[in-house]
Amino acid sequence: MALFTRKNCPALALVILSLILPLVITNKYFMHVIIMGYIWAIAVYGLNIILGYTGQTALGHAGFMGIGAYTAGLLNLKLGLSFWPAMVLACLFTAFLGWLAGIVSLRTRGHYFSIFTLCVGVIIHVVITRWDDLTGGMNGLIGISGPPPAGPVSFDSLQAQYYLVLFFLLATIFVAGRVVNSLVGRTLTAIKTSEELTEVLGINTMKNKIFAFVLATFFAGLAGALYAGYIKFLGPQMCSVSMTFDMLLYLFVGGNGTIAGPLIGSLVLSTITESLQVVQEYRTVIFGPILIVLIIFFPRGLYGGYEILRDRIRRRLPAREAPEGAKEEVC
Amino acid sequence: MLLSTVNLSKSFGGLMAVNSVDFSIKKGQIVAIIGPNGSGKTTFFNVVSGIHRPSAGKIFFNGEDITGAPVYERTLKGIARTFQTTTLFSNATVLDNVIVGHRLRTKTGFWDVLTRNRRFKEDERKCREKALEVLEFAGLSNLADRPVENIPQEARKRVAIAMALATDPQLVLLDEPAAGINFDETAGITELVRKMQKRGLTVCLIEHKMQMVMNLAEHIMVLNQGMKIAEGTPEEVANNKVVIEAYLGSDDDAEDD
Repeated sequence: MALFTRKNCPALALVILSLILPLVITNKYFMHVIIMGYIWAIAVYGLNIILGYTGQTALGHAGFMGIGAYTAGLLNLKLGLSFWPAMVLACLFTAFLGWLAGIVSLRTRGHYFSIFTLCVGVIIHVVITRWDDLTGGMNGLIGISGPPPAGPVSFDSLQAQYYLVLFFLLATIFVAGRVVNSLVGRTLTAIKTSEELTEVLGINTMKNKIFAFVLATFFAGLAGALYAGYIKFLGPQMCSVSMTFDMLLYLFVGGNGTIAGPLIGSLVLSTITESLQVVQEYRTVIFGPILIVLIIFFPRGLYGGYEILRDRIRRRLPAREAPEGAKEEVC
Repeated sequence: MLLSTVNLSKSFGGLMAVNSVDFSIKKGQIVAIIGPNGSGKTTFFNVVSGIHRPSAGKIFFNGEDITGAPVYERTLKGIARTFQTTTLFSNATVLDNVIVGHRLRTKTGFWDVLTRNRRFKEDERKCREKALEVLEFAGLSNLADRPVENIPQEARKRVAIAMALATDPQLVLLDEPAAGINFDETAGITELVRKMQKRGLTVCLIEHKMQMVMNLAEHIMVLNQGMKIAEGTPEEVANNKVVIEAYLGSDDDAEDD
């Protein structure tokens, strides 16, 4: 497999850019915004699997991210587990709860599924808010320790934390990309387009939907654990229902059902959110129209819009067509 | 017998959409189910393919009771079907549509996809080859890369059949394969169904175009108001008084008006 095909070039350029970013940006606050954008992006990649590719509008995503964060935080605080095993267990536990929620909620379809998962999200939030003895209730969990040094690499500096989060973000994109560009991904997209037809084609749609849901919640758990290790404080607001809708917004703005969408949406919107901190509660007044304009002109989000533009330009420049290089990947 | 139904019934509330139908299909046959609109033909297909659970009765496929089996399991066992409203994955190309059709015969899972191991490559290749093969069989090779929404109606009908064939079926249920297409195109679809039979497939179709049915089918079942009112060769059915009454109304009905 050649590394520098035409198809890979933009992606590789972005990876290199993201690697040198901390050397260019010295502003700590800005670094923080980007790290948070990456963490959200990991969770949104999960949402993209179940919603963007499988077409199941799951609305409990922030709840699962909360499960991941609190599991990691509690394992660290109450059992003294270090960040790494806590993170692994948090992902697995979240995915397990995702499986449990999935086998029940995926029996419903369409709006009913959305409402059901929304309720799951609300229940998780309520439990975390009210279970004072375990989760600290409204006071939250304070003093979670960050990742201990892995060999010679310490994660104390902001740069190091940036690379840590970046590593998991790239791993997430890698896994999501491999899943999507395969028979498994085709199966999920088929379910999105027509569940009935997919079933008639001999595919156990329930099993596939559960797989997508478990993978989605696994990513949510991973994002939550990274959040816990990075912020080191957990409050119940992080898993409130409104966070789910923020993630939905990230996904739709970036591009629902596209591989770059979650990253673009999370980065663009968390940057905008931060720069609109001055106007706090009025920021929805700004977000609303942006979203409407986007949905009218770019129904598949920013990345979808980019793809349309790119295709148009390619058609104008037929001389540059190079089908041999472009088609070698299984897609 | 490849497929047989015993006393098969399906009711929706008080309406008996399919009423105690005994029906058998021999291996290698082309059979047709005809009947006036609303006579329960599509419901019969839906019950056989598992979309609806029967209210009573049993379904046997290759001698095995499949009455309670879910839809996908029946397809795995070898029953494929197409829909009246040519259902396809409309935002994909013809080839992509058909590739998914062979997914059921592959075992690629999460781990294979992550590592892109031999099974992954083997299965991707297998699905693509199968898709190209059935597209060629259905006379669609030249349309393979076209988005399915931009192809003519007749080609869509063929894609639907190609998808069904990609599942490696033994029995193919075709729900109005010639609806909404013109005379010449109908002849083309008829030819395709014949070709399927020559390949050893068993075909059961619902169709309103009588010329096509009489031309193709070796055995015909006539449904009316959910009940089987006649069964036999095309000649027998065409000359059956009850059948003619069901389609045209009886003399008694005419007097009532």
